[in-house]
Amino acid sequence: MAACPIEATGLVKRYGEKVALGGIDLSVPAGTVTAVLGPNGAGKTTAVRILTTLSEPDEGSATVAGFDVMKDPTEVRRRIGLAAQDATVDPLLTGFENLVMIGELHQLSRKEAKVRAGELLEEFSLADAGGRVSGGYSGGMRRRLDLAATLVANPEVLFLDEPTTGLDPRARNELWAVLDTLLDHGTTILLTTQYLEEADRLANDIVVVDHGQIIAQGDARSLKRQVGGDNIGVTVTQVERLGEAAQVLGRVTGTAVVEDPSTRSAVAPTEAGVSGLADVARALGEAGIGVEDLSLRQPTLDEVFLTLTGSPANDETPTDEDGAR
Amino acid sequence: MNETTQQVGPHKSRGALHDVWVIARRGLIHMKRQPEALSDATIQPLMFVLLFAYVFGGAIQIPDGNYREFLMGGIIAQTLVFSAFGVAMSLANDRKNSAVDRFRSLPIANGAVLGGHAVANVLKQVLPITIMSLAGLVVGWRIRGGFVDAVHAYVLMIAFAFAIIWIGVLLGSLVETPEGVTGIAFAALFPLTFVASTFVPVESMPGPLQVVARWNPTSSLSDALRILFDNPTGIPSQSTAFPTQHPVLYTWMWVIGLVVVVAPISIRVYKRSISK
Repeated sequence: MAACPIEATGLVKRYGEKVALGGIDLSVPAGTVTAVLGPNGAGKTTAVRILTTLSEPDEGSATVAGFDVMKDPTEVRRRIGLAAQDATVDPLLTGFENLVMIGELHQLSRKEAKVRAGELLEEFSLADAGGRVSGGYSGGMRRRLDLAATLVANPEVLFLDEPTTGLDPRARNELWAVLDTLLDHGTTILLTTQYLEEADRLANDIVVVDHGQIIAQGDARSLKRQVGGDNIGVTVTQVERLGEAAQVLGRVTGTAVVEDPSTRSAVAPTEAGVSGLADVARALGEAGIGVEDLSLRQPTLDEVFLTLTGSPANDETPTDEDGAR
Repeated sequence: MNETTQQVGPHKSRGALHDVWVIARRGLIHMKRQPEALSDATIQPLMFVLLFAYVFGGAIQIPDGNYREFLMGGIIAQTLVFSAFGVAMSLANDRKNSAVDRFRSLPIANGAVLGGHAVANVLKQVLPITIMSLAGLVVGWRIRGGFVDAVHAYVLMIAFAFAIIWIGVLLGSLVETPEGVTGIAFAALFPLTFVASTFVPVESMPGPLQVVARWNPTSSLSDALRILFDNPTGIPSQSTAFPTQHPVLYTWMWVIGLVVVVAPISIRVYKRSISK
């Protein structure tokens, strides 16, 4: 296998006047996970569509699993799995039939495809639902089936386009657990997401895109350092004591505090993580200030974008990702 | 992960026919699981046979024979023309469910998706054709011609079912949504199947409509089947228009025209519609 199973140089894609990708370079080393992080319309899906041979770039080139996506699309397709943004399982087919069909289209024999489908249903906790039509599945089950479908032919490279968008927190956690096992398996993965938390949890490398451009790149820690790390937020029970609480917070973190009387809260950046949170809790307790909520939170994608680009995410029309279909 | 079916590297291609058949099988499962599609293929043709044979039939005069024998060629033709609608729906649904993208990311033969739809549609027509033939026998229709002509009639039905697919592909590629397909299909297919010799002799229509009806391939398919089954056609002997003089030939010309001229256009439009 090539050292970098996903390698892209200068990808440009235009839809009429709109530039969906404005020259993107990507390089994902074998056996690692790269997350492409960005808001709707940033060009994430366009990039995935090009790398999975669904769409041709206007400029630039890319190789996946060692083959050129434009010159050898079939060779690429034989080696990849794609979980598209909307789970593309066939709603009229049962879970089992879906997997068998995908297996057969990956050129397994019918018998091999059936065995493989059974294994995957088991592995993705869908064995009981395998005989029912997938149109009746919950969102989380449909995603799991979709993910199982991408693994039918043991792909070298996996593309997951917003694998957890639209899932409730429980289903998201379940899916993350499934993805963890994939990562252990050593598959090379490119995933897109709108959630910094998800990128942080799953990826070795994070590429932040906005308006078709890469605006930052690195591991989660270096990105967070760029945007100022975590925040500690305090919400007091009595708004009169907010000023006092802010002073305590500022003294412990040693950073600038932002007060918001309308929500009775104060926020300050910290680099001390959970231990900083404990210090703040203790100090507030000693001062006898009633606390309704105290939390440590990562910067949101919005805050990352605000810091990196100076403009909030989603500042434009909330289009369905580049209207690519 | 379980190692039992793992193998090193991707699997060798099993050929285009294998891929076409896998996708066609999916189309057949779809028909089985969609009550409305299944009823379109079973109950609807049965209803039409009974309705026209027993309700309208008494009021319609056929100069050269029995209405129920006249009816069968028309009703089969109508069902086949309408099958274009089913193809268009399948394509629109595929796009709606992103199945198109799923297929395109798989290592399958070029054209396997459309090929699968085509094969599925032809096979789907076997059921209504069988049901209508049996229902026809019950209401008094008979194959009065020779064996070779009867076989020719059924071959023509299958060939027409294959040819009309490309109209469905064109429609399904041009219209974005399943709802849009429904709207356009009914606006286009109802006049196409009713301004024809499907249910009444063309001679009973007003002059200008007669011209349209005579050249309508639904008429010629209806007439061709009637002639091959040696059933009454309702065509007056003095009629000189080419389609009424040679309905079998004219229908085959349509079949060939659809496959040779329309199919390549449809395939191009389809490809453009899926590769944005």
